[in-house]
Amino acid sequence: MSDILVSEQSAAGASGRPAGRLLEVDDLRVEFRTRDGVAKVINGVTYHVDAGETLAVLGESGSGKSVTAQTIMGILDTPPGHVTGGQVRYHGKDMLAMSFEERRRIRGEGIAMIFQDALSALNPVFTVGFQIAEQYRVRRGMSRADAKKRAIEMLDQVKIPNAKGRFNNYPHQFSGGMRQRAMIAMSLALDPEVLIADEPTTALDVTVQAQIMDLLAELQRERQMGMILITHDLGVVADVADRIAVMYAGRIVEEADVYDLYAKPAHPYTLGLLNSIPRLDEKGQELRTIKGLPPNLMNIPPGCPFNPRCPMAQPVCREKVPPLLQIGAGRASACHFAEELVNRD
Amino acid sequence: MSDPTAASIVGAPPAHQPTETGGPTDAGLPANGRQEKPRGLLGDAWRDLRRKPLFWISAAFILLFIVMAAFPSLFTSADPTAGELSRSLEKPSGHAWFGYDIQGRDVFARTIYGANASIVVALLSVLGTLLIGGAMGMIAGFRGGWLDALLSRIADVFFGLPFVLGAIVILTTFNGTGTNNSEWEVKGLVIASLVVLSWPVVMRLMRSSVLATKEADYIVAARALGAGTGRIILKHLLPNTLAPILVYGTIMVGSFIGAEATLSFLGVGLKSPVVSWGIIINEAQSLIRVAPHLLFFPAAFLVAAVLSFVMLGEAVREALDPKLR
Amino acid sequence: MGRYLLRRLLQLVPVFIGTTLLIYVLVWVMVPGDPFAGKCGERPCPPGFVAMMTEKFHLDQPWYVQYAHYMQNLFQGDFGTTFSGRSINDIIASAYPNTLKLALVALAIEAIIGLTAGVLSGLRRNGFLDNLVLVSTLFLIALPIFVIGFLLQWLLGVQWHIVEPTVSNEMRLSELIMPGFVLGSISMAYIARVARTSISENRRSDYVRTAIAKGLPMRRVVGVHLLRNSLIPVVTLLGTDLGALMGGAIVTEGIFNIKGIGGTVYRSITTKESATVVSIVVILVLVYLLMNLLVDLLYAALDPRIRYE
Repeated sequence: MSDILVSEQSAAGASGRPAGRLLEVDDLRVEFRTRDGVAKVINGVTYHVDAGETLAVLGESGSGKSVTAQTIMGILDTPPGHVTGGQVRYHGKDMLAMSFEERRRIRGEGIAMIFQDALSALNPVFTVGFQIAEQYRVRRGMSRADAKKRAIEMLDQVKIPNAKGRFNNYPHQFSGGMRQRAMIAMSLALDPEVLIADEPTTALDVTVQAQIMDLLAELQRERQMGMILITHDLGVVADVADRIAVMYAGRIVEEADVYDLYAKPAHPYTLGLLNSIPRLDEKGQELRTIKGLPPNLMNIPPGCPFNPRCPMAQPVCREKVPPLLQIGAGRASACHFAEELVNRD
Repeated sequence: MSDPTAASIVGAPPAHQPTETGGPTDAGLPANGRQEKPRGLLGDAWRDLRRKPLFWISAAFILLFIVMAAFPSLFTSADPTAGELSRSLEKPSGHAWFGYDIQGRDVFARTIYGANASIVVALLSVLGTLLIGGAMGMIAGFRGGWLDALLSRIADVFFGLPFVLGAIVILTTFNGTGTNNSEWEVKGLVIASLVVLSWPVVMRLMRSSVLATKEADYIVAARALGAGTGRIILKHLLPNTLAPILVYGTIMVGSFIGAEATLSFLGVGLKSPVVSWGIIINEAQSLIRVAPHLLFFPAAFLVAAVLSFVMLGEAVREALDPKLR
Repeated sequence: MGRYLLRRLLQLVPVFIGTTLLIYVLVWVMVPGDPFAGKCGERPCPPGFVAMMTEKFHLDQPWYVQYAHYMQNLFQGDFGTTFSGRSINDIIASAYPNTLKLALVALAIEAIIGLTAGVLSGLRRNGFLDNLVLVSTLFLIALPIFVIGFLLQWLLGVQWHIVEPTVSNEMRLSELIMPGFVLGSISMAYIARVARTSISENRRSDYVRTAIAKGLPMRRVVGVHLLRNSLIPVVTLLGTDLGALMGGAIVTEGIFNIKGIGGTVYRSITTKESATVVSIVVILVLVYLLMNLLVDLLYAALDPRIRYE
C-alpha cells in the first residue's frame, strides 16, 4: 500500500513544477517510535514555498504541521522522532542528506523559525538583547558593540518602543506581545530567506494577535521572504497567506490558492473546517462542527484517513487511499470525489 | 528532649476520634474521595515495581538480612564472642570462611551476629525519627502561624548541627569513657542521638506535603461537611502524606546502618561485647596492613545492607513518581 | 532586596542563639564530673588554681549566666581560653585552616567530577555512561565515608603505592586529593544526580530548541544555553555543602591523619575542654547559616526571574 502511495504522491508533487524552488518538502515521512508503538506522524507530505510568498499550513493539533516544520529546521526530537523517507530541499539541495555543520549554517541565515510560546522559547536567564546579539557575535563574528547596535536596530524594526532601553531586559519582563516581537527580531536577525512561523499568535490576546500578524506580513513583504505560516486558525490565514495547504493525519489533503480554497474547497475536511467558523450572518444557528476525532496515528484507518468522519464517505474511501492529485491550476486535492465537490452548485 | 511533645501529639488524634464519628453525614463522601486517588497511584506504582529486577533483588537481600538479624544461629554454629588466641589472625579457610580476628574469634560468626545490633538500631532510629519528625511536621503544616514558625526555627537549630560532630558531643557526654551503661542503654543513646539529629529532615518533608495536601478540594470538602481536626489528620492527611515519608524512611534505614557503623567506628557508639558491623570494622582498622580480610568481610556486609535499603527506597520512589515513568 | 537581606539576617539570630545554647548546655552543664579532674596531673588541683578558674569561668554561677558571659565575649571575637590557659582563638586558628583547605579541595573535586559525570550522563540518557554514573552514584551514596576512606587508603596507598596513605603536616595539595575525594564523595554523587536530572530535563526545553534553530554551534548550545540553566540547582547544592563538608570532615581527618578541627573537637570532648567544643561548633554553625544565606542570594543572581522583596 505504501509503495503505491509513494509513487503517486511524488508524481503529484513533481508534476508541472519547475526545479530550483527556494524550499521544497518532498514526500516527507516521519514516525515516532515510543514504548507503546510506532506513530506515523508524517505520511508523505509535499509542499514548497518560493521567495516573497506566504504558504499557510492549516490543520488540527496532531495533524503533523509542526513536526514537518521541526524536520525542516532539524530540531525534531530524535528519539522518538525518525525521518523514514522523503527530502527537504533548500535551493534544490537535500538538507536531510547534509552534514550537521552544513545544516547548521542554513539555520538562522537560510531558514529561521518563530515559535508559538515566546516565554518558553526564549532563554529565561539571558537578556533579550544578549539572545539577539549572540547571533551577530557567533555567526558574523562581530564585536560586542557592533552586535549590540545591530540587535537594537532589529528590536526597533519589530516596533518595540524604547528598543535601546529594553535591550537589557529579560524575557519575563516583557509583555506577551512584546516578547513575540522580540522572538521575531531574533529569528530575522540574520536576514533569512525562509521564515517558518509556528502558530506565532496562538498564545496571545486577540487584539495583540492582529498586530503581530500585520507585523509579520509587513516584514515578509519588505524582505521578500518565503514564509510558512503554521496555524489551526482559518481566520488568521485569509489576510496573510497566498496559498494554503491543509493537513490531516500527516498528509496534505488539499492545496490551493487562498481565494479558491475559501470559495470552492476541494476536500470534505476543508469544507468542514470552513463551515465550523462562526459567522455573524448566521446568528442563532447551531455551530457546525466536524464529527468525531482525528485518527490515532498508531492505527490510521485503511483507505482515506478522513473516511470515518467524512459525511460523503463511500465504500471506495474505506479501501483506497486517495492520492494528492492536481485538479486545476495550482490546486490539488486528496479526495476521490474532489471533482464533484468543486463542481457542486 | 523532643519526646514529651511527640507523645502528646501522637496521642491527640485518637482522643478526638469518638466525637467525630458521632456525626452521621461526614463519613461517606470524603472517604470515597480519599480512596480513589491513592489506590490508582499505588496500583500503578506496584505494577511498575513488579517489573523491576532491582526491586526484587534489594527486597530479597533485605529479607535475608532481617532473617540474619532475627535468627543468626541459622547461619552459623560458631560463637561470635568465643576467642581462642591460638588461632589469632588466621586467614579464611573452609572451617572459618572469613578467618579469625586478633582474639581468635570467628569473623564469619561475628559478621552474622553483627547484623542484629546494626539493623535493630537502624530500624528503631528510623521509627523514632519518622514519629517525631512526622508529628512535628504535621503540627507545623496543619496549624501554621506562630506554631509553624516556632517549630521551623527549632528544626533549623537541629538541622544546622553537623551530624557526626553533634552525635559525638551527645554520645561522649552520656556515653563517655567514664560511664558504665548497660548494653540497651548504649543502644538507646545511639538511637536517641540519631533521632535528635535527623528529625528536622522528616519534619520538613511532612510539613511541605501537608501544606500541599491541606488545601486540596477533598479536604476542604471534608472540613465543610464538619469533619474535625483529628479526623482530617488521621483519615485524610496522613494517608496522602505517608508515601513520601515511608520512601524516605526506607532509604534512611540504609543510611542509619551506615551512621551506626560510623559512630561505632569512631568509638562513641556501641561497644564490645556487643557485636555490630561498626564495632568489627573498628577493631579491624588498626590491622588493615596485616589482615585486610578482617575489614573486608564486615564492610562488604555493611555495604550490601545499606545498598539494599537505599535501592529499595529509590525503586519505590521512582515507581511512585509519575514524572519519572 | 535590602529588606529581604535584613529579614533573613534577623531570622538567623534566633537560630544562631538556639544552636549555641543547645551545644553550650549539652557540653558545659551536662558533662558529668569535676572539670578539674585530671587537669593538674596526678594530684588534685591546688585550691588557688580552682578558685582562679572558678572566678574566670564563672563556675559558681548558674549555667545561663555562664552562657551570657560566653556570648558576650563571643560577640567581641573572643572565644575564651582553655583550662590550661591556652587561647581558643589560637587553637582554632591552627586547626581551622587545615579543615577549610580539605573542605575546599573536596568541594572542587566534587564540583568537577560530579558536574562532568552529571552533564555527560544527562546528555546521553540510558547510554552506557549514564548507567555507569547511576550505579556508581548509588554506591557512593550508600557507602559510609569511612569505608570509602579505608578502601582507597588501602588500595591506592598501601597496595599500589600511588599516593601516600596519610597526609603530612605541610598539607600539600597533591596529598589532599584522595582525602578530598573521600570527603566529597557523597555530595559528588548527589551533584552528579542533580546535574543529570537538570540537564536531561532542560535538554528538551523550548529555549534549547530555539538555540539550535538559531544555528548556534552545538558546543555553544550546550555550554552556554543548556548549562547556564542547569547549573542553578547544582550551585545551590554546592554552596550549602561547604558547611556540611567542614562539619563532616572529622571521619576523613581521622583516617588520613589531618590535624583539623575534627581531631581538635574529639580531643577537647575527651578532655572536657568544653569551651573549645562550643567555639568550634559555633563557627561551623555560623559558616553553615551564612553559606545558606549566600546561596539564596546567589540563586537570585543566577535566575533573573527570582526577585526577593
